[in-house]
Amino acid sequence: MKVPGSVPVVLFSALILAAPLVLDHYWLDVLNSIGLYTILGLSLNIILGHAGMFNMGHAAFYAIGAYTTAILNTQYGVPVLWTLPLSGLAAALFAVIVARPIIHLRGDYLLIVTIGMVEIVRIALINDVFGITGGANGIFGISRPELFGFKLRQPQHFYYFIWLFVGITVVLFTLLENSRFGRALNYLREDDVAAEGSGINTAAYKLAAFALGAGWAGMAGTIFASKMTIISPESFSFWESVLLFMIVILGGAGNIAGVILGAFLVIGLPEVFRDLSTARMLFYGLAMMFMMIYRTQGILPPQPRVYRLDRVGENP
Amino acid sequence: MEQFFQQLTNGLAVGGIYALIALGYTMVYGVLRLINFAHGDLFTIGAYLGLTLLTSLALTDYLSGFLGVGLLALMVMGLVSIIGILLERIAYRPLRESHRLSAVVSALGASIFFQNAIMLIYGAKYYVYPQDLLPNTPIFILGMPIPLMRILILLSSILMMVALYLFVQKTRIGTAIRATAIDQDAARLMGIDVNRVIMIVFCIGPALGGAAGMMVGIYYGQINFTMGWIYGLKAFTAAILGGIGNIPGAMLGGLLLGVIESLSSAYISMAWKDAIAFFVLILILIVRPTGLLGERVAEKI
Repeated sequence: MKVPGSVPVVLFSALILAAPLVLDHYWLDVLNSIGLYTILGLSLNIILGHAGMFNMGHAAFYAIGAYTTAILNTQYGVPVLWTLPLSGLAAALFAVIVARPIIHLRGDYLLIVTIGMVEIVRIALINDVFGITGGANGIFGISRPELFGFKLRQPQHFYYFIWLFVGITVVLFTLLENSRFGRALNYLREDDVAAEGSGINTAAYKLAAFALGAGWAGMAGTIFASKMTIISPESFSFWESVLLFMIVILGGAGNIAGVILGAFLVIGLPEVFRDLSTARMLFYGLAMMFMMIYRTQGILPPQPRVYRLDRVGENP
Repeated sequence: MEQFFQQLTNGLAVGGIYALIALGYTMVYGVLRLINFAHGDLFTIGAYLGLTLLTSLALTDYLSGFLGVGLLALMVMGLVSIIGILLERIAYRPLRESHRLSAVVSALGASIFFQNAIMLIYGAKYYVYPQDLLPNTPIFILGMPIPLMRILILLSSILMMVALYLFVQKTRIGTAIRATAIDQDAARLMGIDVNRVIMIVFCIGPALGGAAGMMVGIYYGQINFTMGWIYGLKAFTAAILGGIGNIPGAMLGGLLLGVIESLSSAYISMAWKDAIAFFVLILILIVRPTGLLGERVAEKI
């Protein structure tokens, strides 16, 4: 199988692999954040970019994943990596439960409901719901992940762990994009009435997209919790959801490379503007505005699918 | 009973403020289908401009009493509407033909910009509004003392809403706004200058938001550069609750949200007050997916 645009992919991977050799701890940590937000952005991309559902509450799923790990690890002593699939499942289950009644809402109504959801989750965490979330202080003492007896503790350990996860995500999501499932989601984004008419069960597909995106964000939550070893409700505010939303739309909704670029810009730019000290967020806001005005479809919008006439029938 | 009545009037006053901000969201949404996320920050700018006009320009002596505060409100509204018009020109007009969410990101960028601009100009501390602007004697209604301020806030917000409603329903420009909201292209073909209509909307919405900011300053006595986020979010919730794009809907949604919040913080739980407000919103949207007064898919302003 020929991968389109493989030269930039190889080049980018090589740069990522080599980065720890030249960067200090501070910048590695920045890259760690970017990697984490890339995973989150890619997971939101399924919901927002591919299925076209306005979700501005993605941090809720991230929070569910992180808290699942934190609770299982600190209360029951479950090793962090074991909680990875469990966090994903918990977040996906939560998404299915909350999304089921609201999935039929259109555009902006869905947007405000997801904002409401992320706020309710945050308030519930602060109010120590069920007595297990540790209230406003959060949960501390989460252990580091251990792989075959090797404990990840240095930034560069996490660096490779996170970017390996990014790599796996990119491969899986690329396959998904080109699958029947991915095409169905794109169809619903463009016209859900026509999609329904063509025999696509729109409600089921929308719900599946929500569950998948949420589950992936939940796993990112596990990585976050084990990297920080302490989590609190403030890490999962509405603002986080806004950042993720900007990553997807600014980078190019529906395009994996675009989302990665978006994560670099949205998370990396404040670091680049660090010399401006207090004015850095001012310029950050301006940069967001002008990048969007300059590239109105996102910086790297997805290329339309091409089906060559002479290949029709080869690949269903 | 007394407590209920106090909470109810407090909720109505706060709701009136929410409704004023919500009108800005709903009018902009009506003509552009855009959620103006920078609107909350225009509200904050209104609060700060009001304070600046009051304190640092040696106008304090002239701007107290009812007439003075009215004059101050007009000045604030004028200034904020200029910022609103500039915002539309710079951040939204280039994105008018592109995907709707692109304009949302531009709005978020503008919001970050405004918030930080306020912080850089004024600093990150809380500011206190002068407390002796208006006489704050309680007024007795049914034998219960209600602070005058509360009644004034509610009355003036209702006054502005009624004025806006009449403006949109009865005047020529109002008709043009409604026509543009229904179908921009058709409106243009009928000879309506759509750009001018959008400019007027971006003049009225921020003006009302700015006035609301000033009211919050006077009512609560203190302001902060981040307050636009939470008020903006609440007002946006109110607009959706009533059915976005619908002017009476924004008023109803705002008042209702204010009352729900006030009563739930008094009788259910202070800590869960915001969560309850959102929960009610979600319940209402499940039952009525286009909000309380939303007809079809938010096609009317």
